[in-house]
Amino acid sequence: MSDAEFEKEGKFGDYGGQYVPEVLMPAIEELQSAYERYVLENEDGFMDEFRRHLRDFGGRPTPLQRADALSERYDRDIYLKREDLLHGGAHKLNNALGQVLLAKYMGKDRIVAETGAGQHGTATAMAATYLGIDCEVYMGRTDINRQRPNVFRMRTHDAEVNPVDVGSGTLKEAINETMRDWATNVEDTHYVIGSVVGPHPFPQMVRDFQAIISKEVREQIQEQAGRLPDSVVACAGGGSNTMGAFHEFVSDENVSLFAVEAGGSGLTIEEDEGLAPHSASLSTGEDGVLHGARTKLLQSRDGQVLESHSVSAGLDYSGVGPELAHLAETGRVTPVSVGDDAALKAFHRLSKLEGIIPALESSHAIAYVEEARNSDEADDLGDLVVVNVSGRGDKDLDTVIEESEKRGIDTAPSMEVFK
Amino acid sequence: MSNQQSALESAFSDEPALIPYVVAGDPDPESTKEYVRALAEGGADVIELGLPFSEPIADGPTIQNAIQRALSGGMTPDKYLDLVAELDVDVPIVCMTYYNLIYQYGESEGVESFVSAAGEAGVSGLIVPDLPVEESDPLREACDEHGLDLVFIVAPTTTDEREAKILSQASGFVYVQARMGTTGAQADVSSATHDSLGRLAETDLPKVVGFGVSEGDHAKEIISAGASGVVVGSALVDIIASGENVAERLESKAAELKSGARNGTQEVPQPE
Repeated sequence: MSDAEFEKEGKFGDYGGQYVPEVLMPAIEELQSAYERYVLENEDGFMDEFRRHLRDFGGRPTPLQRADALSERYDRDIYLKREDLLHGGAHKLNNALGQVLLAKYMGKDRIVAETGAGQHGTATAMAATYLGIDCEVYMGRTDINRQRPNVFRMRTHDAEVNPVDVGSGTLKEAINETMRDWATNVEDTHYVIGSVVGPHPFPQMVRDFQAIISKEVREQIQEQAGRLPDSVVACAGGGSNTMGAFHEFVSDENVSLFAVEAGGSGLTIEEDEGLAPHSASLSTGEDGVLHGARTKLLQSRDGQVLESHSVSAGLDYSGVGPELAHLAETGRVTPVSVGDDAALKAFHRLSKLEGIIPALESSHAIAYVEEARNSDEADDLGDLVVVNVSGRGDKDLDTVIEESEKRGIDTAPSMEVFK
Repeated sequence: MSNQQSALESAFSDEPALIPYVVAGDPDPESTKEYVRALAEGGADVIELGLPFSEPIADGPTIQNAIQRALSGGMTPDKYLDLVAELDVDVPIVCMTYYNLIYQYGESEGVESFVSAAGEAGVSGLIVPDLPVEESDPLREACDEHGLDLVFIVAPTTTDEREAKILSQASGFVYVQARMGTTGAQADVSSATHDSLGRLAETDLPKVVGFGVSEGDHAKEIISAGASGVVVGSALVDIIASGENVAERLESKAAELKSGARNGTQEVPQPE
């Protein structure tokens, strides 16, 4: 079966599918039909309206900026795709606008969403207010504590934010809780899932909404550099900015695709304690079924899902999108990882060298270019590299201040005199 | 499927069935054995024994907490199967769990090793709430091969088209989800139950109703609406969570539910 045929059934090779309670299946069938009609076939001009909102409300296209200081540092051309300049400060708005609009076309009058770092929740709350629909967001207690500015932003847009106290209080638990709400209110409610995860058609649909990133990069790089890049680098948690940045290049075999995962404090698994001190499910996970799809998961030998870790709340997830799992399995995408400290250093480096404060998620992508600098991997990156800056780092400042000090990150600015 | 009645179908012989649900290993395996015995004494016809999974998306807070307790106590699929093998009750055991545990079990890839081990331990059937009929072929085949029933859930949202698809795959009994949402005790019986049972009236398989059943009167109403049995979970798990006189209270709760169910039969118009 060709990849296109697999996609029709919601499968990417062995990955994907629809593993959800029966009560949700009719809603998923309804969504699938709406996705095919409105997104794939532009019925009632859906995609035209979506593109108009992305332009007028979102601020697309976002720039593709040649990073002069980084280019000099690495002795190659480094371009940054500036998704941090999208309204709301992250690529998340592309998907949130698409799904909230789709919910309206489907006649739903309520939106639920989960959020990890809060960027997806913020984008969804923003889009819901803009398009006039009620919005409720589930967020783990740990994430609420480390992402307070985003909680406030969601509340500012009148979204209800429901804390989730079970487990580690991060994204995995928030997804479980949102699925439960959806199962209870499925008739009038749409679940705006925040990444290329979940049951079909979510992974495919979210990718299509995010593919605008690589569509623009493709045009912009040809205009600015006169050719396609040698490689595209993007961070991968669930994988929505990753798939967005990669999608239009998947068939260009000469363009290398690097998915940078959160290596946390090390790539080991502490099975007895039920946790992985990282979130690198593409690099280290095993096949399994979580949140509606077969994919790569951090799990124990028995199949219990492990808690993950990253200094970046937005990457802290035990699974990954099924399409990325497939592309990694077939060798098209190269999964790599960088640790918490390297990401923090990259945060400060980009801030100092280029005047851009990146999200901690994006800092992982930027850190990879640095880590590759003195190794053979640098050759794989090639001479023309696009790095996706998936979001801006304002939301992460509290974490960065605290963690930089705790870890003795020497490139962090000293705050001593201000104490 | 063969025409011979499975162990599960035989449990629905002449009177309405009571199917209690508890989480294996909540709070430890020895207690579970004692609780299962008490439920059987109280009148259970089938026992649904939960194999705990870390991400129980179809369950509400009561059962989610029970699952946490069981996992903290060290429950694993192997310990679960040992527990089932050591049970000394005369009622069929149905394993309710999530797909990832079945998929991950054993050294070889796929679902066959779990089904085979479950059959050997004495499990009569499986309920896998995150496995819709579209994805169930591999498990269906393994269950057929090892003589286990595969029970499917019909929800209030299930369309006629999906219902036909589900019934073509289901065996043992059909699990009618009484209302939207997740598991959890409720104060009354939803009208969705009556609608769902009405739509399933022509089905030969036994129909059991679960999600929200907690009182003898609920059981009575559900049976009189045409169900063959009731599943009761959260109300029993609450008793376990309280930690007080658990076995004794489980037995008397089971007896109350069973007697409610029997009373329901008297209200069903008998065919002429």
